[in-house]
Amino acid sequence: MIGVLALQGNFTKHIELLKRLGISSTEVRYPDQLNEVDGLVLPGGESSVISDLIVRNDLLEPIVEFSRVKPILATCAGIILMSKKTNDSRVIPLNIFDIEIYRNAYGRQIHSFIDTIQVDLNGTTSSIVASFIRAPKIAKLGNDIEVLATHNGIPVAIRNDRHIGLTFHPELNNETIFHSFLFQMKKKVDTLSAN
Amino acid sequence: MSKKGSFDLKVGLAEMLKGGVIMDVMNVDQAKIAEDAGAVAVMALERIPALIREEGGIARASDPQMIREIQDRVSIPVMAKVRIGHFAEAQILEAMEVDFIDESEVLTPADEHNHIWKHDFKVPFVCGCRNLGEALRRIGEGAAMIRTKGEAGSGNIVEAVRHMRQVKSDIKKLTTMDREEMMAAAKDMGAPFSLVEQVAKIGKLPVPNFAAGGVATPADASLMMQLGSETVFVGSGIFMSDDPGPRAKAIVDAVTYYKDSKKMVEISTDLQTAMKGIEISEIPENERLQERGW
Repeated sequence: MIGVLALQGNFTKHIELLKRLGISSTEVRYPDQLNEVDGLVLPGGESSVISDLIVRNDLLEPIVEFSRVKPILATCAGIILMSKKTNDSRVIPLNIFDIEIYRNAYGRQIHSFIDTIQVDLNGTTSSIVASFIRAPKIAKLGNDIEVLATHNGIPVAIRNDRHIGLTFHPELNNETIFHSFLFQMKKKVDTLSAN
Repeated sequence: MSKKGSFDLKVGLAEMLKGGVIMDVMNVDQAKIAEDAGAVAVMALERIPALIREEGGIARASDPQMIREIQDRVSIPVMAKVRIGHFAEAQILEAMEVDFIDESEVLTPADEHNHIWKHDFKVPFVCGCRNLGEALRRIGEGAAMIRTKGEAGSGNIVEAVRHMRQVKSDIKKLTTMDREEMMAAAKDMGAPFSLVEQVAKIGKLPVPNFAAGGVATPADASLMMQLGSETVFVGSGIFMSDDPGPRAKAIVDAVTYYKDSKKMVEISTDLQTAMKGIEISEIPENERLQERGW
């Protein structure tokens, strides 16, 4: 069972995508629910709003604890939340990715764009369509960060051991490689170790 | 090759606003209060609907200076309204790079027959509706988000409920129809056939559907979410109340925890007086904002 943080944002698109992959999921709004899920999606939305709701509903520590043992897939606002440092003081960073990130760094909505990018994931290169919507930019990469994809030289997809962070929205283009890699893989490993 | 301004990108931003509250603001101070309370976007306008109602006169798009000040002060998306059919006002807002344009019945219409051809713009548009036909005409013109009209500035949720239920019931009917019946339905509703077909197939609007027009309390927000709205606009309900900051925050919480009645008790407790509101029958028919739009 995969949890999708459902405080604000496009969590329903992630749930639809996971369903298509045959992965069951649940909307997460309370700390206790994190004990029942094997992975977590931090969806896009407004990072300052989601951050505030995380803090006010006592989810900050539980999500950080969760990240120490289980995988998180973060898109757009989600990767801002998972960073070490942002340029917006209203976002309380979870400090899971050792990166510095600037919010809404390509400009307002009129500068949002769709482009094709090359992703190197687990030894396979694939070409995917990515939607960047009022997207953030990763400004500094710290320790243990593997870059999976860049756009015009800027990292747009990263990984650190069990987590993946994206500055774009694969779920808007029905792109399943990240969800499938992080969460189906996990399922297989669980089955193997159970055997 | 990077592509900008496509319909998918417009709908994409609307997707990101889901589960949030969009708040009407009249100046920078209100925009800051809204942002601090957790607004997912602000709608910059010169007078909130309740004041337009009180003061009368022609309601137009806002002064670019006021919109610019708000854009400079908040980091969330900034939306602004234009008069129905006034594509020149929309061109100005697009040049200012507002994030979303509301072609709104709250302002005095500039064209009594035609809405703006919204596909011509790179900035996304939201439009109001009272039923499915109206929603599909606006989507046909290029709207990337639909909201119920409700009755703006009334503080009375009854019209928003009526419009949300109407849209849902119209959709439900379509999903049970044979293909032969769909053309007649398209004709009766005055909606483009291709969109009628699409809605019949997917069982919902092809763009996000938000609620507006009359939300004044956290319970109003919960009601609209439970009726199928994906986000809530609050116009006069916040800044016509006695406690804008706490009320705005409470409505934000209500949109996240709308199904949790125990939490709704907590959220609704200790607020001061909500806006007074008006009984719809007290508003003369020719002054009802929802009648505007074609």
